[in-house]
Amino acid sequence: MCTTCGCNGAQAAAVTDLGEREQGQARPGEMDEQQQDAEHAHPHVHAHSHAHDHAHPHDHEHAQGHEHSHGHEPALEPAHAHAHEHGTSVTLEQDILAKNQLLAERNRGWLAGRSILALNLVSSPGAGKTRLLERTIRDLGDTLPLTVIEGDQATLNDAERIRATGARVVQINTGTGCHLDAGMVSRGLTQLDPPLRSVVMIENVGNLVCPALFDLGEQEKVLILSVTEGEDKPVKYPHMFRASTLLLLSKIDLLPHLNFDLARCVEYARRVNPAIEILQVSAQTGEGMDAWYAWLRSHSADLARMRSAQTG
Amino acid sequence: MHEMSIASSVVEICAEQANGARVMRVTLEIGQLSAVMPDAIRFCFDVCARDTLVEGAALEIIETPGQARCLACGAALAVAEPFGLCECGSVDLELISGQQLKIRQMEVM
Repeated sequence: MCTTCGCNGAQAAAVTDLGEREQGQARPGEMDEQQQDAEHAHPHVHAHSHAHDHAHPHDHEHAQGHEHSHGHEPALEPAHAHAHEHGTSVTLEQDILAKNQLLAERNRGWLAGRSILALNLVSSPGAGKTRLLERTIRDLGDTLPLTVIEGDQATLNDAERIRATGARVVQINTGTGCHLDAGMVSRGLTQLDPPLRSVVMIENVGNLVCPALFDLGEQEKVLILSVTEGEDKPVKYPHMFRASTLLLLSKIDLLPHLNFDLARCVEYARRVNPAIEILQVSAQTGEGMDAWYAWLRSHSADLARMRSAQTG
Repeated sequence: MHEMSIASSVVEICAEQANGARVMRVTLEIGQLSAVMPDAIRFCFDVCARDTLVEGAALEIIETPGQARCLACGAALAVAEPFGLCECGSVDLELISGQQLKIRQMEVM
């Protein structure tokens, strides 16, 4: 934007514009004679030239297609002040989640440098994330070192359950927040200090909506859907199903007691995300857990392989 | 409600970029597939803007419709949700528009 006359051209970036805009914002009454006479001869060049085909309410004229150069120092700049009745537009074109994204990428780099597989576990409340983790940690024991970041609005209950298994765990309480964000996870990781070539399970706040939008820097999202929920969850909460790599259908030991239509649930999940992998598990009976462990091992091994290829 | 943290990011970014000036208007672009509800943003925006340079600013929201490309046949189709069914029978779609979540511009005084 041209801050001299306030016209909208193909404009440059925001911040410098604002500084200049303040220069050009003296009230008409504050201008002295000399400034009033100042023509558009100020020694600054905008990178753009604009065709002035609209009427300007100020008392000087400038040639069509003129260029003014803005390579000035504000203090030396003649106050080219015109009365602005309208505000100044500042183009931002900024991704609202950019800050989270940046922190997430930083986490991702931090994790990759340590060959750590980080998984973002998402589900609605009560789908059995913590139970799944307890069993996974006990079954895998020392063969695959696992640490946990627990996210909940309140209480240390889940962290205490994990600690009882002997694994290292850090709890993040989000207060009223409905999801973890990359900044919280960054602090969590620092605190957790997970060992090299391990797996970090980030148990997100139970919520199938908000966590879909906030990248934590994880390798993959793993969605846990218990069969005590509706089979139409994939189409009701498509964002989360689309963002996830693996769907764990949990509590399958309860299937005989329920009207859950498993085939339909799988069909819905594939409709929303044709590439999603689906495993059926019961942390209670252990059914299907081996496939989950195999998935974990292969992803962890892939990461280590990738890392060693990079470092030669 | 993630709209609260999104609105608070919007206010934070605008206040920072405004450099001390008063923000009169903010224009957002929210895609219809972005999982963000414009009405909730409007509500949260006013709450988050209180006691900042953005307080009282008008909020304009441009909603971008969802568009997808079929990975099987290449056809483009309009989608109201982040999935759909192409005429060719494929559900393998790439979302090409509608996930925007951006501050386009603001007006400062």
